[in-house]
Amino acid sequence: MAENLSIFDISGRAMAAQLVRLNTTASNLANAGTVSGSEGTAFRSMKPVFRTIMGEAGKATVQVDRIDNGTTAPVKRYQPDHPLADKEGNVWEAAVDSAAEMVEMLETSRQYQNNVQVLATAKGLISETLRLGQ
Amino acid sequence: MPSLDNMFGIHATALKLREQRMGMIASNIANAATPGYKARDIEFSSALKMAERGQSPETAIQYRIPVQPSLDGNTVELATEQTAFAENALAYRSSLSFLQGRIGTLTRALKGE
Repeated sequence: MAENLSIFDISGRAMAAQLVRLNTTASNLANAGTVSGSEGTAFRSMKPVFRTIMGEAGKATVQVDRIDNGTTAPVKRYQPDHPLADKEGNVWEAAVDSAAEMVEMLETSRQYQNNVQVLATAKGLISETLRLGQ
Repeated sequence: MPSLDNMFGIHATALKLREQRMGMIASNIANAATPGYKARDIEFSSALKMAERGQSPETAIQYRIPVQPSLDGNTVELATEQTAFAENALAYRSSLSFLQGRIGTLTRALKGE
């Protein structure tokens, strides 16, 4: 059932989704470079997947469908003097591509700004319409 | 002597359509990072003609043809959408000032100044 979305719904929900994306990027960057004693417990980067919510009259907004783990595997490194090293002397580095995360952060911030701009313009136009005839 | 219904001419219809188009372009901007989303827009002049004949302007909704589609199937190009949004906001504002002028004229006529 398609709902009637106002421009505040559209941009507001998009901002919320972009904020989730920014939060996952922040977690990924914070965990970049951490090591773990086994492959299973090593940190894997997270990535939100967006989904379109269709509304009435050609309008649509977005929401976070799920948060996927990245496809890259943690990197095994031989470092027997590390306190977390296993019996064979291996540690696993978090599977985070810092450069890709920085690019993701910039893109998220730009798209968030775009939604804020849309909201500000729409708000201005609506209040001008309200003052019509005064 | 125009009847009260068409006192505001084309601008009442145009304002409504501009508002609808603003929502659609906002939807495109909102879905800038959604995989597989296809950007849509209204072909304004034909939508206006349809609205004037009393038809629903929804048949004038068309998919935007991207300059360079991305690999995930998303066809939103922020530069295009921002330009369209700015153009639409300006047109909304001009319709608004035409209405403002007409209302001013009517108010002066009513007051008999």
